[in-house]
Amino acid sequence: MEKKPLIKRMRIIVIGGSSGSLDVLLVLLPLLNKKFSIPILLVLHRGQAADTGLVELLQSKSSLRIKEVDEKDRLAPGWLYLAPPDYHVLLETDGTLSLDASEKVHYSRPSIEVSFTSASAAYGDALVAILFSGANADGAQAMRVVKEHGGMNIVQDPKEAAVNFMPEQAILHAPVDYVLPAKDIATLLNRLSDGMG
Amino acid sequence: MIEKKDIEQLLGDLARRYGYDFTGYSGASLQRRLDLFFAKSRYISFAEFTKRILTDPAYFRQLVEAITVNVTEMFRDAGFYKTLREQILPVLATYPFLRIWHAGCSTGEEVYSMAILLQEAGLLHKSILYATDLNQAVIEKARMGIFPVHTMQQNSENYIRCGCKGDFSTYYMANYNNARFDPKLAEKMIFSSHNLVSDSSFNEFQLILCRNVLIYFDAGLQERVLQLFDRSLESLGFLALGNKESLRFSGIASHYKQVANKEKIWRKNH
Repeated sequence: MEKKPLIKRMRIIVIGGSSGSLDVLLVLLPLLNKKFSIPILLVLHRGQAADTGLVELLQSKSSLRIKEVDEKDRLAPGWLYLAPPDYHVLLETDGTLSLDASEKVHYSRPSIEVSFTSASAAYGDALVAILFSGANADGAQAMRVVKEHGGMNIVQDPKEAAVNFMPEQAILHAPVDYVLPAKDIATLLNRLSDGMG
Repeated sequence: MIEKKDIEQLLGDLARRYGYDFTGYSGASLQRRLDLFFAKSRYISFAEFTKRILTDPAYFRQLVEAITVNVTEMFRDAGFYKTLREQILPVLATYPFLRIWHAGCSTGEEVYSMAILLQEAGLLHKSILYATDLNQAVIEKARMGIFPVHTMQQNSENYIRCGCKGDFSTYYMANYNNARFDPKLAEKMIFSSHNLVSDSSFNEFQLILCRNVLIYFDAGLQERVLQLFDRSLESLGFLALGNKESLRFSGIASHYKQVANKEKIWRKNH
């Protein structure tokens, strides 16, 4: 059956990461252009609460504006949205974000798979899905769904990843467009943001 | 993934056949839960699946259980319960009677948490806790006051984090895999089925709790439900929402004031 993306106008980036991913972000975020225009949703596996300083830490490294997702937030250029602890984040076809407190997926809430899958349904070929370092398979299978809907898959080079299991699972299970170290992912994203991808 | 137009058709059929209207639910979450239920059903054809739902009420109830989210813990979010205990209960203590509504009570963990707080504050004897949900199966569970014993460690840690001073283990009897809560806590609870989409206000309360329910509704349905809460709340009553929910876009926001910290509790003006 033909799957048409319901929104074509705006690209969206969804980044999934688990253990070892914070360091990747601290490399990647400062390299993004000042006028980076594609909204980013960041789904990080986080420990129980306690890391309330994460928004501030990321903000100190980035010229994007960074916030933790509140329900019904509307995706806007120049923003990075961080999935809150203990909620899945889903993407609606009207450009808003929904939260969901249901069962963990891959032992995780937020789950990368949940966000990748709903982003695919809403954004189709306008979705850029990225997986970083991690010890969990969350998100790897969902990259197949991303590809079925015409989206782009980028995986951090397992050789660079602090924990290579997650990127390797993605490469094993899904068609991956780019396998790159963090700084080259930044270059690619800048090109996409400038409309050259 | 089920096609969007098939979902719309199904939701229309459900409203006509069973009187349950899910059309105001957030699209992405509803899609996900229908996809999961359909995949588990092992039906190949969505038409066959729909036919079974519309002709077999027991199967429809399974669907309702599957698409409503029933993940909950006792004393979930320490900061929230701490605020209830330290800032809200002392105000409520000055009232002769307390009527509290847990809207979307799920399997009842939050109601029992509240009963424990009230008990420790010496208020339970003059309180009534109304606990409602649209899902009949979870109400039956909540009414029993029996929870899986393996959740008690987490619940107990939550209880301590809330700053409660008692001994959590005195509130239940562990028996094999179950923890049965003290029936005295349940004496003040009234469980009933209530659908926030279609049912009306049924009482006036001093405190309404509806946490992590509105996240599953679209903006239009959220507003209708908040209006319903507004009609069901006395002046100076309290409305408690989930950590990521807010009154900020609602028409009722102007006559509410958020309590003095970042917890999601609002007080209705005079």
